[in-house]
Amino acid sequence: MGLIDKQARSLLLGEIVQGMAKTFSYMFKNKATVNYPYEKGPLSPRFRGEHALRRYSNGEERCIACKLCEAACPALAITIDAEPREDGSRRTTRYDIDMTKCIYCGFCQEACPVDAIVEGPNFEFATETREELFYDKDKLLANGDRWEQEIAQNLNADTPYR
Amino acid sequence: MPTLNVDGVEVTVENGATVLQACEEAGAEIPRFCYHERLSIAGNCRMCLVEMEKAPKLVASCAMPAADGMVIHTNTEKVKNGREGAMEFLLINHPLDCPICDQGGECDLQDQSMYYGSGNSRYDETKRAVKEKNMGPLIKTTMTRCIHCTRCVRFATEVAGVDELGALNRGENTEIVTYLEEALNSELSGNIIDLCPVGALTSKPYAFTARPWELRKTESVDALDAVGANIRIDSKGQEVMRILPRLNEEINEEWLSDRSRFSYDGLKRQRLDSPYVRKDGKLQAASWSEALQVVADKLNATEAGKIGAITGDIVDAESMKALKDLMDAFEVTSVDCRQDGAKLDASVRSSYLFNSTIAGIEDADALLIVGSNPRYEASLINARIRKRWKKGPFPIGLIGEDVDLTYAREYIGAGAKSLEDVANGKHSFAEVLKKAERPMIIIGQGALTREDGAAILALAKKIADDTGMIGADWNGFNVLHTAASRVAGLDLGLVPGEGGKDVAGMLAAAEAGEMEVVYLLGADEIDTSKLEKAFVIYQGSHGDAGAHVADVILPGVAYTEKDGLWVNTEGRPQLSTRAVFGPGEAREDWTIIRALSEVAGKTLPYNTMEELRAKMVEVAPHFADVDMVTAAAWGDFGAAGNVSDVPFTNPISDNYLTNAISRASGIMAECSQAFAADSEEGTGTHG
Repeated sequence: MGLIDKQARSLLLGEIVQGMAKTFSYMFKNKATVNYPYEKGPLSPRFRGEHALRRYSNGEERCIACKLCEAACPALAITIDAEPREDGSRRTTRYDIDMTKCIYCGFCQEACPVDAIVEGPNFEFATETREELFYDKDKLLANGDRWEQEIAQNLNADTPYR
Repeated sequence: MPTLNVDGVEVTVENGATVLQACEEAGAEIPRFCYHERLSIAGNCRMCLVEMEKAPKLVASCAMPAADGMVIHTNTEKVKNGREGAMEFLLINHPLDCPICDQGGECDLQDQSMYYGSGNSRYDETKRAVKEKNMGPLIKTTMTRCIHCTRCVRFATEVAGVDELGALNRGENTEIVTYLEEALNSELSGNIIDLCPVGALTSKPYAFTARPWELRKTESVDALDAVGANIRIDSKGQEVMRILPRLNEEINEEWLSDRSRFSYDGLKRQRLDSPYVRKDGKLQAASWSEALQVVADKLNATEAGKIGAITGDIVDAESMKALKDLMDAFEVTSVDCRQDGAKLDASVRSSYLFNSTIAGIEDADALLIVGSNPRYEASLINARIRKRWKKGPFPIGLIGEDVDLTYAREYIGAGAKSLEDVANGKHSFAEVLKKAERPMIIIGQGALTREDGAAILALAKKIADDTGMIGADWNGFNVLHTAASRVAGLDLGLVPGEGGKDVAGMLAAAEAGEMEVVYLLGADEIDTSKLEKAFVIYQGSHGDAGAHVADVILPGVAYTEKDGLWVNTEGRPQLSTRAVFGPGEAREDWTIIRALSEVAGKTLPYNTMEELRAKMVEVAPHFADVDMVTAAAWGDFGAAGNVSDVPFTNPISDNYLTNAISRASGIMAECSQAFAADSEEGTGTHG
């Protein structure tokens, strides 16, 4: 290619036009972004988000204080105290998760023999203070009540693989 | 001595040994549930199956006597299948509720089904359910989990000596029951919790509170009686969750008395957690420096003759030595460690020891018990006596309260006159003792805490001398203590010096206003009402009787919270280890006394535990031989005199409330209620 050819190409801004054309072509393609928080992307049923303690359909809490989640937790984020409830059943008096320690590995829900502790689909639980991330039993049970439908659906969807 | 071949290894075992023992000897591990070294053989779990050549079927190794020339295989396919089959059958009616079972994590069934089970079951029918049984405030039952190994039944009948547990019905309907649906009335009942290989019998106070993997285990020594049982303290954080026995063949084998096992909740209640000084008639919290200054000023301002010191039942040897040294520095001679007023002679060591040793009971062939109920005073020694009694002819005579000792004994009489009869050869039991090769006598505190205690000691010595209890390799003279600190106190010479008063003297003087300052080191079992006029310094762990009359309280720590030396009734020094820290401001007792000595201007010459122990060894060399019994030379003791005819009364009236820790314990209070009510109702018509 001669010198003249090179000069002519730069004078006619061919490369810029090429680039602009590429940009323009995206006007006609589907958007890759979603309008968060008004739109949300799809989540796997196995998504490991915020923890929740579930109840049975009759309102009885599932957790039986076996402490397997506490033992399984690699981050030592779970603390459980237990004693016999008035009716003699084994229940927790304290079930704390330090969400700042949690690494969302999902071992707790894998260890749970009664599907009580689960990691639900919620990932929007940012807080303004650190203290708010020290979850206690009430908070976890409230999470369970709020997310029960989604959690149950997810567990159901995942059942064939468990 | 049969020689067997186990998996190609030749082993020779004792006559009468079983195949299971031979396999263990050869290093082959045999799973088992019903077999236990210290109980008779039942052979009903079938888990210990092994293959024996020339036998048509697998044999239960625990029940098969080892014979010469046997060839045993423990790791063949047939054995594996046999174990899997046995396990599958055991699990047919087992609920598999491990997540809510307290045995989870330390369960034989859980472990062995992991190792030897097949992992699945062919059983589709419904499992059986069994009603819970009432076994009192200590034992929680979940009988659905029971696999009918009958270890608990055998323990109750053989070791504890109470025929209250049994198996009713047969086959699938078998149930372990307390026949009368009543609490298991034994002072050793807690051991069936340890024995149960599944979660059928678990500890009620410990229920659901912790898992074995989250507990910190500290090996220590029990201090709630004078046996010095070896224990393991399981703690979580700064809380003692449970206390378990530790194996020591010389002392407790692998048992533990209920009082020692279940008093631990008393360690959390009624604790003294800050120094207190009485101001305007009321005890008010104070700082350490203030409290020590008050005590130091008082001690300095009072003349030596008007100061006294009494040590209690649960005090480690170091603290007693420090107190003794402090009192010596003040030239105080009224020091006494015998708060029950026992007429024990500190100058002759053999006169206050359990010279035969606890393991030595098994070598004895006749026994005279005087003024004691070993069942409550030293449950584990009683278990040892019963073990000896079960082995064969072992005549036992009893002088004192006519109590049920769980073994047959000849009741000789209630008081000192009966002892005199035996000593003078008027009673036939004297002949029994004379004929025996290794006779022994056990004198309880019930016989020694009387006015005529010294005369009774002399009578007992006469019996010992006359019936040949004292030999080159045998000393059958035994004093049974009830307090963990007593022997150490006597060893260290915490008895009144020249011109000093004993406990009774101090109390009388205090009542009369002549004793101005009384230093109580954990002493609660005295008549504290007599101390109202005196300035009382109480150093201890619990707010019990002593703290109520105190003018200054110096908070010490309990036996689970300090390293210390304890000398048991045999004279065996043992080390306790700190499992948790004391509450609040409480400090280790010897350091309090050391600090006080400095404030008072009479600094004691040691800064560390090692230096203090070195001083103790100077006074009593056997403190250096930890865990060993140093035989004490026989000597001359006791004072001949007239004995009164008042019957002996045993020192322990309520087995569950003998010390400040047990009295603070809710579990012990429940036991006391359950079993005291039992005995009140226990007339003939109540069955």
